[in-house]
Amino acid sequence: MEYNYYPGCSVKGTGKHYEESLINTLKELNIELNEIEDWNCCGATTYMSINELKAFALAARNLSLAEKNNKSDLITPCSACYLVLKKADDYIKKYDQIGKKILDALKSAGMEYNGKVKVKHPLELLTNDSMIEDIKKRVKKPLNGWKVFCYYGCQIVRPYPDFDDPRYPMSLDNIMNALGAEVVDHPFKTRCCGGSLTGTIEDVGLRLNYILLYEAQVRGANCVTTVCPLCQFNLECYQSKINKQYKSSFSIPVLYFSQIMGIAFGLPREKLGLNRSIISLKTLLEVA
Amino acid sequence: MEINKRIKYEKELDDSFWRWIVSTPGGENVEQCIQCGMCSGSCPLSIYMDYTPRRLIAMIKAGFKDEVLKSFTIWLCSSCYTCTIQCPMNIKVTDLMYILKQKAIENKKYPKRFPISVLSKEFFNMVSKKGRNTEINLVFKLLLKTNPLKFFGMASLGLKLIKTGRMNFKSDAIKNIKQLKTILNSIEE
Ligand code: SF4
Ligand code: SF4
Repeated sequence: MEYNYYPGCSVKGTGKHYEESLINTLKELNIELNEIEDWNCCGATTYMSINELKAFALAARNLSLAEKNNKSDLITPCSACYLVLKKADDYIKKYDQIGKKILDALKSAGMEYNGKVKVKHPLELLTNDSMIEDIKKRVKKPLNGWKVFCYYGCQIVRPYPDFDDPRYPMSLDNIMNALGAEVVDHPFKTRCCGGSLTGTIEDVGLRLNYILLYEAQVRGANCVTTVCPLCQFNLECYQSKINKQYKSSFSIPVLYFSQIMGIAFGLPREKLGLNRSIISLKTLLEVA
Repeated sequence: MEINKRIKYEKELDDSFWRWIVSTPGGENVEQCIQCGMCSGSCPLSIYMDYTPRRLIAMIKAGFKDEVLKSFTIWLCSSCYTCTIQCPMNIKVTDLMYILKQKAIENKKYPKRFPISVLSKEFFNMVSKKGRNTEINLVFKLLLKTNPLKFFGMASLGLKLIKTGRMNFKSDAIKNIKQLKTILNSIEE
């Protein structure tokens, strides 16, 4: 199967290992991602705060580029991009005054959008029963001894809970189970990591992430898995700052679900960007 | 000594404010708020806000326009959409925050050196110009404008990101920037 792919800015920078591992792992499941040509930044929540119409226009350009390829599904791995693209599509269709403005703007640049694109997160592709069976079949190294804290973050299930529950989702848990890992049950699956608050009001941002890491630790998890570059960055890269602030001693690896899949599939570490971890994976990789 | 009045009289309130909100896409259900507090109770950031989301809505309905637009609440909101999912009256509380942020900027009521509004502006300018966002440039600008000293506290993390190849120094841009600008300009008209 081939899909249109919208990477977003983060997986080209601090989240490189997300893209590396995602592309290679999905290949194993015969899923091919084709990056849409000359995509632009989705604008994230930030752009929307300043000018929502322009934010929708940014998103609409991407939707239009994707539609031209005649494949309806557009896969995007970043939760912020996922939400912005989906919301733009929703608002263009729901509110005439917005739809008209955006479509006119596209037209002025010789583009069009007919509303045919379906924005999807990779999790959505992997969550059906037959895919889970496929995943099980491909496992070469079952993840015995892994205790995974599945963290979904907010924006892939809210406010559009299209493929999973907005409070207690299961898609990621199911994948981790299929890989032979033990899933640590907890009620914080979609509690906010603060997004860019770690960069702006650090005290508040650190606190939100401290809560998540603390919950992972007391529940005996030996790693956290995420589906969004922003969550991954916050939970991993701020651990040493959090330790200082809260006198804690976290050293919990935070891996993308696609990296964990790749490990279970037996893919070489370069293909999964494992060397890009700031927190050492040594102990974790030894338990398996 | 300056003496400040602590209350507002009816005639000082602005009751066109909530009418305007209700007529804005995303704000339509606001008048149905029953003040149940599900939004505030579920909001992970309400403990840091000057007004909780429920209270902010009460203030909107009562016409406290200035107080609402100047509040930190709207900038602290991280868009996690918890409130929106929990609200029994289908009020899009998160989208309301976006409406208010834009209005605050339009009316020049946002806190000027507050890092969140600064980040938003820098980000907006970069994406409008280049079509892409380069994380490192953004961080530099943010720190420079809000808290240059913090830069040193970030250095060790920066080094780790460089070592693991996660820092992009080349500033990214799309090819057809003309097309993007045409689209954005057309929105302005
Ligand atoms: S949850 Fe909804 S109805 Fe309840 S106070 Fe908040 S906005 Fe009002
Ligand atoms: S979207 Fe904003 S107001 Fe709503 S729960 Fe999240 S942080 Fe609070």
